[in-house]
Amino acid sequence: MASHDHDHHHGSELSDMQLRVRALESVLSEKGYIDPAGLDAIIEAYETKIGPHNGARIVAKAWVDPAFKQELLTDGSRAVAKLGHVSRVGDHLVVVENTPQRHNMVVCTLCSCYPWEVLGLPPVWYKSAPYRSRAVKDPRGVLADFGVTLPRDTEIRVWDSTAETRFLVLPMRPAGTDGWSEERLAQLVTRDSMIGTGLPKNPSEVA
Amino acid sequence: MDGIHDMGGMDGFGKVEVEANEPVFHAPWEGRVLAMQRAMGYAGAWHIDHSRYAQERLPPATYLTASYYQRWALAMEKNVVERGYASAEELAAGHALAPGKTLKRKLTPAVVQEGLTRGSFYRQAQGPQRFQIGDRVRMRNIHPATHTRLPRYVRGHVGVIEMCHGCHMFPDSVAIDKGDDPQWLYTVVFDGRELWGPDADPTLKVSVDAFEPYLEKA
Repeated sequence: MASHDHDHHHGSELSDMQLRVRALESVLSEKGYIDPAGLDAIIEAYETKIGPHNGARIVAKAWVDPAFKQELLTDGSRAVAKLGHVSRVGDHLVVVENTPQRHNMVVCTLCSCYPWEVLGLPPVWYKSAPYRSRAVKDPRGVLADFGVTLPRDTEIRVWDSTAETRFLVLPMRPAGTDGWSEERLAQLVTRDSMIGTGLPKNPSEVA
Repeated sequence: MDGIHDMGGMDGFGKVEVEANEPVFHAPWEGRVLAMQRAMGYAGAWHIDHSRYAQERLPPATYLTASYYQRWALAMEKNVVERGYASAEELAAGHALAPGKTLKRKLTPAVVQEGLTRGSFYRQAQGPQRFQIGDRVRMRNIHPATHTRLPRYVRGHVGVIEMCHGCHMFPDSVAIDKGDDPQWLYTVVFDGRELWGPDADPTLKVSVDAFEPYLEKA
């Protein structure tokens, strides 16, 4: 499809949805169920406060603090709650550790379950049919779509989030980062490395 | 239900397309939909399982072609009308034509932190935990016509209990308004070849989180 056609199609769809969603909001607000200012506050939180930088802080701390890392792997909810995180994580966070022997990857084949509190809202690809269908059957093929190739004998462990447990991947700390501060290490931690479809940045990419 | 949403293992959807520098929302209405969903949940209008079930009941062609937040909006309209919070006429008019129901609370800017906090799904157990870590279990070959969190690709297959997450409210029951019916929840891990046959990647392990009624002793 030519990009012009695509844009045009997308555009007309949006105005239709805009009207429909506005109607819904008006009705729910007039009925007294919702407060538009409350909606503004929710949107602002997701646009400015809750995102992968929250997860990156957790990962970087685990890389420098072995006691915290142990707590995190034992009871993710409790360890993160203790950090006084911006968005309380709830009761059901499980952190899974990548090792040279095992690479973890997270998916939700049935809908779009994702650890919002530590990664923000999921990207479109995470919620898309290609990812949801293939991650559990051909994860190495999916990783190739992301430009990631792992050793042939590494175990690939896919976690399908079919209940209310939420999974966060603890990626391996890149070599060549000895003595780095937590803040500097956090810059290496990408969103995709915490989903398991990517790896942390190369130390040379961070100033 | 054996719906189009149950996508694990399907072929033909193509490559995963990653959008560089993706914005949080692609249009302002997407944010409104997300926030309304949070606000109605906070108000106790329905549960997350009702939202999922409403999406699963969209026509399959709609499910596949609608964008993510379009699906949310369509599912929300369904729940609003089906659960009696507003009529289809009111949604078409874009205005309330009758007073609303009374909900338990309202998400205002003053309580936004509380509104952003995920609730707990733990519930008091109704009986003892039947399976232990290390037990081999078979996923039951069941096909509920209503909401379930047991994906098709694991049904009938044998896995091993790896974790127990305590006792949680049971989505299959909640979604059809039959109450919390709390059930033990486990992570069950499968060998890739058990799920996908002898040609599967021998390094693959896949797990699902499964409620006790989905499991039988292997």
